[in-house]
Amino acid sequence: MAAVEIPGTIREVSVPWWKQTRWEATIAFCVFVAPMVIGLGVFTFLPIVWGLLISFSEARNTISIGNWVGLQNYRDVLSDPQFIRSLRTILIFAVFIVPLTFFFSLFLALLVNSVGFGKAFFRSVFFIPTAISYVVASVIWKMGIFSGVPSGFANMVLYWMGSNNVIAWIGETNPPYYWLVLVSVRLWLQVGFYMIIFIAGLQEIDQSLYEAAYVDGGKPGWTTFWTITFPLLRNTSIAVLLLNFIAAFQAYDEFVNILSGAGTSANLSLARPPLVYLRQVALDQQDYGRGSAGAFILTAIIIVITLVQGRIFGFGRKA
Amino acid sequence: MSAPTRPVADDRWGPLQHPKPNTGFSAGPILVVLRYVVLLMLAAVFILPFYIMIRNALATQPEITSFEWVWWPKEMQWQNFTNLFKTKEVNMGLGLRNSTLLAGCNLIFQTLFASMAGYALARIPFKGSGVVFSIILLTLMVPGAVTFVPSYVVISELGGVNTLWGVIVPGLFSAFSTFLFRQFYLDFPRDLEEAGRLDGLSYYGVYFRLLLPNSMGIMAALGVLSFINSWNAFLWPSIIGQSAETRTVQVVLSMFLTAQTINLPALFMGAVVAAAPLVIVFIFMQRFIVQGVRMSGIKG
Repeated sequence: MAAVEIPGTIREVSVPWWKQTRWEATIAFCVFVAPMVIGLGVFTFLPIVWGLLISFSEARNTISIGNWVGLQNYRDVLSDPQFIRSLRTILIFAVFIVPLTFFFSLFLALLVNSVGFGKAFFRSVFFIPTAISYVVASVIWKMGIFSGVPSGFANMVLYWMGSNNVIAWIGETNPPYYWLVLVSVRLWLQVGFYMIIFIAGLQEIDQSLYEAAYVDGGKPGWTTFWTITFPLLRNTSIAVLLLNFIAAFQAYDEFVNILSGAGTSANLSLARPPLVYLRQVALDQQDYGRGSAGAFILTAIIIVITLVQGRIFGFGRKA
Repeated sequence: MSAPTRPVADDRWGPLQHPKPNTGFSAGPILVVLRYVVLLMLAAVFILPFYIMIRNALATQPEITSFEWVWWPKEMQWQNFTNLFKTKEVNMGLGLRNSTLLAGCNLIFQTLFASMAGYALARIPFKGSGVVFSIILLTLMVPGAVTFVPSYVVISELGGVNTLWGVIVPGLFSAFSTFLFRQFYLDFPRDLEEAGRLDGLSYYGVYFRLLLPNSMGIMAALGVLSFINSWNAFLWPSIIGQSAETRTVQVVLSMFLTAQTINLPALFMGAVVAAAPLVIVFIFMQRFIVQGVRMSGIKG
């Protein structure tokens, strides 16, 4: 077939180099990615590199690098009983808050999902504390519910139940009621968040499985929960556990706001989580070398525990 | 042709076809009543802190510290609100302004930067694309709050301590949102984009005129989450913005809480003022927030 030339449709146009397809794509790619790459570079990679270098330097009252001391800062942090104590504190905290959040949020998800009328209302009620900050919640918990005076709500409830005890709650170390305060505030704030993730997981489960189970004589209830629902929530459960654990290890806000300052007999030395320790070393004592070393040790601990948890629960395996 | 305005994952779940609850529990009438009883009790427990906060914000100091529980203030003390803003040591107005600026910048720029990068990584052919994506993903390994010491060092070297940009800018770059946007644009129908290209749109035109308007659902979901998170942030604003002019509302409230003398009604009114904007956002944007939270579930 002979080529038919239609005048006026095909023209030789000289395309400038920045409009040639390959260059156009490259330039566009760089333009679109630039804000993110530059931002992450300056505010994430640079701090990590700088922090790593400063953690090998003697850097008291200065943020400059160069006074190399090798691993001295790491040795100092690891042999500091305060740091070890802060790790123990956060482990105790995680041992309480992670399983409690897991079971409570799963329970709420199942319960909310099992009713018809009012489902959206109850879901909102349990979810709305997600919008509240730790500082606001600390105000309510410290000065409203668990204030150690007779007019505090917790003591009022005890009084209604016939007890004349006035418990200091936050200042009480024997038994350590301050843990109740710290765990319950986080539970209230985050349980709705994980409930939503569980509800999403529940909705992904194929309904026909329950019908099949029913036909095969599987009674709806605990049997189908343990044989269908729970196994199919496996990936969701792992996600909830890991997210929750990583968040718990970085607890800071409620410890600072509830345990420090006037108004209670308690102080931060009762339960000092690692981030508070880091802030005190780096910012209050201005020892940036030791503070950075501590930050990297903590990062390593979180990554290792996350990976180990992932291994144990078989992360990535098909459910 | 209809472009998805919601994350595609949602479409995959589809509408619930069965009116039956899908937990596999059958519901006899007694069980149903029992469920509602438990739900109502739990709901009461969850609402209790809100009740205490609002009651204390509208009561007088003697009513709050009374030995008999006062269920509701005899007369609502609206002047607690004006008193709060008149208290010189507690600059709530400035705190609100700073928090609005912080959360507003996060809402707009965090989502914009992440979606731009996500689009380029998903759609623009470039040799180094995979490498760039891996580098961005690498930052997800490091838990954010832990690196505040090295970040503080860099920001202070850049002169950002006690400045508003020092409080705001470092938080505007979210690798995780970039990841989510990339997933979203990968699932985006190619036809629409190709039609646009054939009609002579550049990559910028395709993004700003076709993709961006069609990704408002995911933009809203991730945007409102970053708004909430930055409004509620405490650790970073409290170490980088300590001067009187750069305190966010959370820092102001925290200083009020740990101050020596405590004016309880004003303190609780402060809590109400710090929480109210978000509760309003929450009520109106709940659909998007739920979507955003579902997406963050992928992170594990």
